[in-house]
Amino acid sequence: MRLRSLLLIACLAVMPMAAHAAAQPPPGDFVPVDETVPGEQIPALPLIAAAYGFIWVGVLGYVWSIGRRLQKVEAELADLESRGK
Amino acid sequence: MLALAAGMFALAPFMINAAPNEATMGLVYKIYFFHMPSAWMFMVAAITAGIASARFLFLKRPSADGWALAAGELAVVFGAFTLVTGPLWARKAWGVWWVWDARLTSSLMLFMIFVAYLLLRKYGGPGSDKLGAGMALFGMANVPFIYVSVNYWRTFHPLTSVVPTLPVEMGIPLWYCVTAFTLLFIVLLRMRTRLEHQRARVEALYLLEDES
Repeated sequence: MRLRSLLLIACLAVMPMAAHAAAQPPPGDFVPVDETVPGEQIPALPLIAAAYGFIWVGVLGYVWSIGRRLQKVEAELADLESRGK
Repeated sequence: MLALAAGMFALAPFMINAAPNEATMGLVYKIYFFHMPSAWMFMVAAITAGIASARFLFLKRPSADGWALAAGELAVVFGAFTLVTGPLWARKAWGVWWVWDARLTSSLMLFMIFVAYLLLRKYGGPGSDKLGAGMALFGMANVPFIYVSVNYWRTFHPLTSVVPTLPVEMGIPLWYCVTAFTLLFIVLLRMRTRLEHQRARVEALYLLEDES
């Protein structure tokens, strides 16, 4: 009975703390703001443009590379199949 | 599917532009919308290569080798995207291009494993398919370590808790980009696997020609 009471008191004491912890975002979370942070030393825009540009060029280049290799192999395949007939 | 992925990529800058800036990182955090999906596809490609290699090695499925090689190449492509966009973000957010923490170092290792895998497949000669399959399995084993590394070792890198706790106005463009990258990954994997299977057919026809 005493143990049960102790457990009940402990639970009641922990509950507000758990609720508070759940309401607080964990450290390292992203917090949105409406404006750009003042006093930025390194301009962000060239870095963003470089990152997005690299991926765009990379994807287009890779799709072109696969397409070219596929075209070459399929031409070779068609040639071999026509020779076999 | 390629047209859908291209359309989603064309709309992505508008979605990303509509997202708010971040309190401490400002505008530069928007690299995250392409960096994180690239990193996920990097890991998905490594897992795909590992599973296909296991099928090739243990179930003796020759077609699985084509899937493994295609996924291995995609791991290098998406790995390059991740390892280039990450430092561009870090330069502004952390003040340095690179730190040798567990996440960055293990990601670089995974990238190098798959570069070595492709070199082995290209120049390794007979037997390189089986040796490469073992290497891809080793690469796949690194993926869980990369994913949880930020939670166990001290790092500047955002933790895995960032994605589920992202505010809605940041979460929508992120999941949009994840969908676009997933579509792109599927399209590229199918195209690259088709190339490998056609190559196998060409080789089989040459062998048939030599025998007759």
